Amino acid sequence: MNRLSWFNAVSLTLGFAFLYIPMVILIIFSFNESKLVTVWAGFSTKWYGELIRNQAFLDAAWVTLRVAVFSSTLATILGTMAAYVLVRGGRFLGRTLFSGMIYAPLVMPEVITGLSLLLLFIGVGLDRGVFTVVLAHTTFSMCYVSVVVSSRLITFDRSLEEAALDLGCSPAQAFRLVTLPIIAPAVISGWLLAFTLSLDDLVIASFTTGPSATTLPIKIFSAVRLGVSPEINALSTLMIALVTVGVITASLVTKRAMVRQKQEEQAAARAA
Amino acid sequence: MIQFRNVTKRFGQFTAIDDLSIDIFEREFFALLGPSGCGKTTMMRMLAGFETPTEGVILLSGQDIDPIPPNKRAVNMMFQSYALFPHLSVWENIAFGLKRAKMPKQDLKERVEEMLRLTRLEQFAHRKPHQISGGQRQRVALARSLAKAPKLLLLDEPLGALDKKLRQDTQFELMDIQEKTGTTFVIVTHDQEEAMTVASRVAVMDHGRIVQADTPAKIYETPNSVYVADFIGDVNIIEGRATPNDGETYRIDWAEGQEPLTATSAHPFEKGQACHFAIRPEKVTISSERPADAANAVQGKVHDIAYLGNLSTYHVELANGTIMKAQSANTRRISRRSYTWEDPVWLSWTATAGVLLAD
Repeated sequence: MNRLSWFNAVSLTLGFAFLYIPMVILIIFSFNESKLVTVWAGFSTKWYGELIRNQAFLDAAWVTLRVAVFSSTLATILGTMAAYVLVRGGRFLGRTLFSGMIYAPLVMPEVITGLSLLLLFIGVGLDRGVFTVVLAHTTFSMCYVSVVVSSRLITFDRSLEEAALDLGCSPAQAFRLVTLPIIAPAVISGWLLAFTLSLDDLVIASFTTGPSATTLPIKIFSAVRLGVSPEINALSTLMIALVTVGVITASLVTKRAMVRQKQEEQAAARAA
Repeated sequence: MIQFRNVTKRFGQFTAIDDLSIDIFEREFFALLGPSGCGKTTMMRMLAGFETPTEGVILLSGQDIDPIPPNKRAVNMMFQSYALFPHLSVWENIAFGLKRAKMPKQDLKERVEEMLRLTRLEQFAHRKPHQISGGQRQRVALARSLAKAPKLLLLDEPLGALDKKLRQDTQFELMDIQEKTGTTFVIVTHDQEEAMTVASRVAVMDHGRIVQADTPAKIYETPNSVYVADFIGDVNIIEGRATPNDGETYRIDWAEGQEPLTATSAHPFEKGQACHFAIRPEKVTISSERPADAANAVQGKVHDIAYLGNLSTYHVELANGTIMKAQSANTRRISRRSYTWEDPVWLSWTATAGVLLAD
């Protein structure tokens, strides 16, 4: 292996410093003894204790979690269905238009999505709360799911479905017993994507929520406007930890599955 | 058992199957042979139910199959890519169709074991498709499609992905299994050797039509057209004009200043009608002297020799520049070969060795 040249070393340091210094500072100050965020007064975990006793934050976390689970599940179902039809549905009138339209929310400014949803909810007289936030999050995360799932479906060997039909499956059974298990990894990663998108959304949630349902990002944002408290730092650190563990686990699992499959294929080829 | 009645299939402007009628009989091993794009796969997909004919009907045991969806047909297919379900084990793959048919558990178990025995896969039952080799995957695909004991089994280029040695072994295995199970097999292939080996009847296809459907021997020995003669095996084709002699023989004038050829033909030619004379290289004898009693003999010199180990094919250039191929068995060692490049030789054959074909 070549050693890093000084230029590459500097680039690497600068890049990672740029990305991670803010987070590192946040994590360090979450263990600060002092109530003043920017003054270091010794190590302490007392803010984590404070956090657990803060009912408002716990409520917000609970709302966020519920919204994220429901909306990502809904978005996964709808997004997978949409992807299936767009990839498999053959040529029907307006197919190109539809596939263009399903990706449009990806580039749509969130403010506009939020505003239009707000107008819709007011228009149909829906009380704003957890339910409306779930609907709104489903709307904007569904297109991400359908992008992920359709890219998997495009490489899916169609003859597998035909084989299932040939062996006596109805089209619905073929989907449930063959297609779905095979595309499951894509569906799951679509769900995870939708989940994280919902977890940290501030803009759309603040347009569509009501007084009864304050999500964590909204809570943090409004708390920070009154001044950053060490509690918020602690909360953010916990979220960072959660995401890190999730990402590392997911990549380890996929990597190990890939390595194992490769080894087994080689073993089969040798045995032949 | 299967009847195609004036079946036409169009994809937009493209006609894949053109007014085709053919019967396939019970317990037959029927091969559809042709170059890619000739419509053979389309025919198979229509039988399986993945395509519907644009015109005409397909009858299976006297019943129009058009309204029956693929999952309700007593027809199973072995796919070119095998299409094994990657998330299921070998055992579950084979049991898949039986489970859909709601077969009782004990019967299902017995049937799967029977299929595993038939395809010699017992020790791989609990492996996943990616844990076994290509040849084993191919046998799983076969076992899976046979498990439901279909009336008709369709095989789409089943051996395409195997190497030559394995392919030959598998061909004989296929024939064995077909005999044992008594299922009607329809195989699609572009490999003429494979079709000739396995099938009891071969249909040669071109541009959505069946040019000739007959036993392998008849297809080879008496092709009905230049296309079939040329597609199956190696052949010499000589263009000329036929003139009836007395009886069944014809005189063929084929080149300026050359002795006319003599050949028999089952169907009549008019005087002066343009014809193609087709003869297989192995039916042409090569010799250094003119054989005394040969019905046909032409002179030339050796232009090229293809040494195939057991056989040699001599490319002989005739006086008018035509290249004719003659094949002979290498009964002696190569160092003792009688002819070499540029040697003058005689090619001869009997009156019945070739076939006379109209345009």
